[in-house]
Formats: sequence, structure tokens, C-alpha cells
Amino acid sequence: MSRVGLVLVSHSAKLAEGVAELAAEMAPEVTVVPAGGLAEGGLGTDYDAVVAAVQRADSGSGVVLLYDLGSAQMTAELATESLADPNAAVVADAPLVEGAIAAAVAAQGGADRTAVVYAAASAGAAPDLAEAAESPAEETAELTLRNDVGLHARPAALLARTLADVDAEVRVRLGDSEVDARSVLGLMSLGARQGDTLRLDARGAQAAEAIRRAKELVETNFGE
Amino acid sequence: MACDANGTAGAIRAAAAVVTEHRTELIDLDRAIGDADHGENLNRGFTAVVSALASATPETPGAVLKTVATTLISKVGGAAGPLYGTAFLRAATALGDRSEVDLEGLVAALRAGLEGVKARGKAEVGDATMVDALAPALEAAEDAAKQEGADISTVLIAAADAADRGCESTVDLVPRKGRASYLGERAVGHADPGARSTALLLRAFAEAAR
Repeated sequence: MSRVGLVLVSHSAKLAEGVAELAAEMAPEVTVVPAGGLAEGGLGTDYDAVVAAVQRADSGSGVVLLYDLGSAQMTAELATESLADPNAAVVADAPLVEGAIAAAVAAQGGADRTAVVYAAASAGAAPDLAEAAESPAEETAELTLRNDVGLHARPAALLARTLADVDAEVRVRLGDSEVDARSVLGLMSLGARQGDTLRLDARGAQAAEAIRRAKELVETNFGE
Repeated sequence: MACDANGTAGAIRAAAAVVTEHRTELIDLDRAIGDADHGENLNRGFTAVVSALASATPETPGAVLKTVATTLISKVGGAAGPLYGTAFLRAATALGDRSEVDLEGLVAALRAGLEGVKARGKAEVGDATMVDALAPALEAAEDAAKQEGADISTVLIAAADAADRGCESTVDLVPRKGRASYLGERAVGHADPGARSTALLLRAFAEAAR
């Protein structure tokens, strides 16, 4: 399956590489290409490098670009406009680190360009700590985390990815907080650690399947 | 001076010389409110532009400006690269394949350049940016072009005069875009380096068209 690729435009080569490393950890099959710093070294954004990165990142499903500061945004937008097909790439208005991770996980789950941009942009919003929905859940489960790191970045990404293609809405609750199970950042914001018990409520055609998958992940300690 | 491809390339070379001459001034302006690299970046970009124009001779004024745009985009780091690159690229597109720049073409190129900078930088008049020099320059050029006996030279002089006044107006403004905006009120009292370089470029074009 061809996935949306990501390009990280930063003033710093190290920053772009570091964020790419982090995103790739959570989305191993997504092409994440860092484009940071100037060709001759030093801080700045290099238009030619960004254009080359976009070409490398595109495997047919298009590219989403993220940026760190002002001129990186301009360079990203200019590079996008200069493509043979300007619609092949989209610049996401999102925080670089959170946005890149959310975008990578969405792309890993097979989301299209628009959905990947949306995932990145939503990463800038405050975590969804909404009250529980009115209608009763169709399937529920209480899962106790036994893995070492709890619902840290990688396990959170795994859970969100596992549920990405299931036709069900899954809410995860810990204490007073409740989040959408497909939101990596939401899951991370719960701060669930080893020994914590999560309550999962699922609604929709595949509610039972969603719970089954989540249970399996937790019981196998997220592959740790 | 004929505003054909050679004349346009000559005006660009004159602008490059002015950028080199004012490199330190631009660095000093940028040191006050930014990261002191505007003069250096712009000088590097225009030096590369002069080499690019020497190694290939574009056939139309639009093609000259396109070479300027692509070179600046690639060689100038920081915000000035994409901003000036966009301005010259849009101006080149506005000129199309006409063999000489006439009054209508000049005004259209300035207008397209301004629109490009506003779109790329999301800046408006009053934000203390290049737009504060370029917007009044376009307005003055439009007025001058309507005057009896107007030619390229009088229109560019009017534009450069207005850009100088626009640049001076940024001294009293609180910057709202770019790195200078982080300083807020503390940036008041300093001219915007981008507005200054825009005014310098327009003045160089006006002198070249005399």
C-alpha cells in the first residue's frame, strides 16, 4: 500500500532529523524525510533540499510538509507551488513535533493527504477531555497496563494505529480524563503508567472487534 | 535605456551592486531587530544572480526576472529568499513573453510582485515589513503612469520615492511579522531591513532607467 509521505522543514538539520527519527519510530512504514538547515551547514532553510525531499517522500499518495518557523513555512509553500502537480503536496499548519507524530501515525494507518493534514493540525488543539457521551457504550472493557512504559508514545501510537481501520468509535478513560483512542496525543495526554487501569467504551458496527484488538495489545504488553 | 532583456539585466546588475554597497547597513538594521543576516543573505543571493545572468542570457525581461527569482530562492536563506523569490517570479509571470517592458507591464509587474509578497508573508501595510515599502511604491507608480509624458524612468522614480517614505514609516511601527515581531514595542525606533532593501532595489532600478 502506498502511504502519504512526510517532509519536515526546519531551520536546523538536527531538529528535522530528530523529529523524523521520532515519527519513524511510531510509523515504520511511512517515508519521513528531514529537510533542515542550509546546504553548506548552519541554520536556515534550503529550498532545493525541500524540493528534493518532497520528491523522495512521494510514493504516489502525495506528501504533507510540516515546518518549524516563519521562513520554513514560506520555503515549504514555495516548494509546493513549484511542483509539476502542486496538489501532490500540502503544507500543514501544525506544531512540528506533535504534528509530525500525529501525521505519521495517520499516514501509517492509510489515511489520505487530507486526513493526514487534519491529524497534524488537530495535534495543535488542546487534548480532547470531553465528558463521556450520553448514549451507552456497546462494548466496554477495563484493561490494566502491565508494560513498563505505560501508554507512552510508542504504545499510544500502536493502539491508535490498531484501531484506525475499525468501524467503531472508541473512547479511553483514565480517572477524570477521556480521549478518543485514535488520537495518539490524546492517549499520551492521559499519562497512563504501568499498573493503571484504562476503561474503554466502544460504539459502532465493529465495537467488539475494537475492544478485542485493544485487549490483545495490552495483554501482549504492546510487544515490549 | 531600452527595457528589453539586456536593459533589464543591466538594472538587476545595478541592483546587485547597490546591495553589495549597502550590505553593512542592512546587517546593522537587522542586528537591531533580527538576526543580522539580511545584508549577508541578500548580498550572497544577488552575487549568484549576477553570475547566473553572465553565464546564460535570457531572451526577454520576464526570463531575466525568472532567473533572478530562482537564484534568490535557492541562494538566500531566511525569509528574504522566498519573499523576494516570489516577488520576482510573479513579476516575471506578469510580464509574460513581451520583449520590452512598457509602462503597463511595469505597473503590472510591481502589482504582481506586491501581491506575491503579501500572499507569501501574509503581511499587510503596517506590519513593518517589505510590504510597507512595496505597497506605496505600487500606488505611486500607478499614479505616475497616468501622468502626461510618463515614462519608465519617471514611474520608477515615483515608486522609489514612495518606497523610501514607506521604509521610514516602519521606524514608528511595532512589527507584527517575522522575527522582529518577537521584540514587540522594543523594535520601535528601527527601520525594517526588508523595507529598506526593497527601497534600495527600487532606487537602483530607477537610477538604471534614467
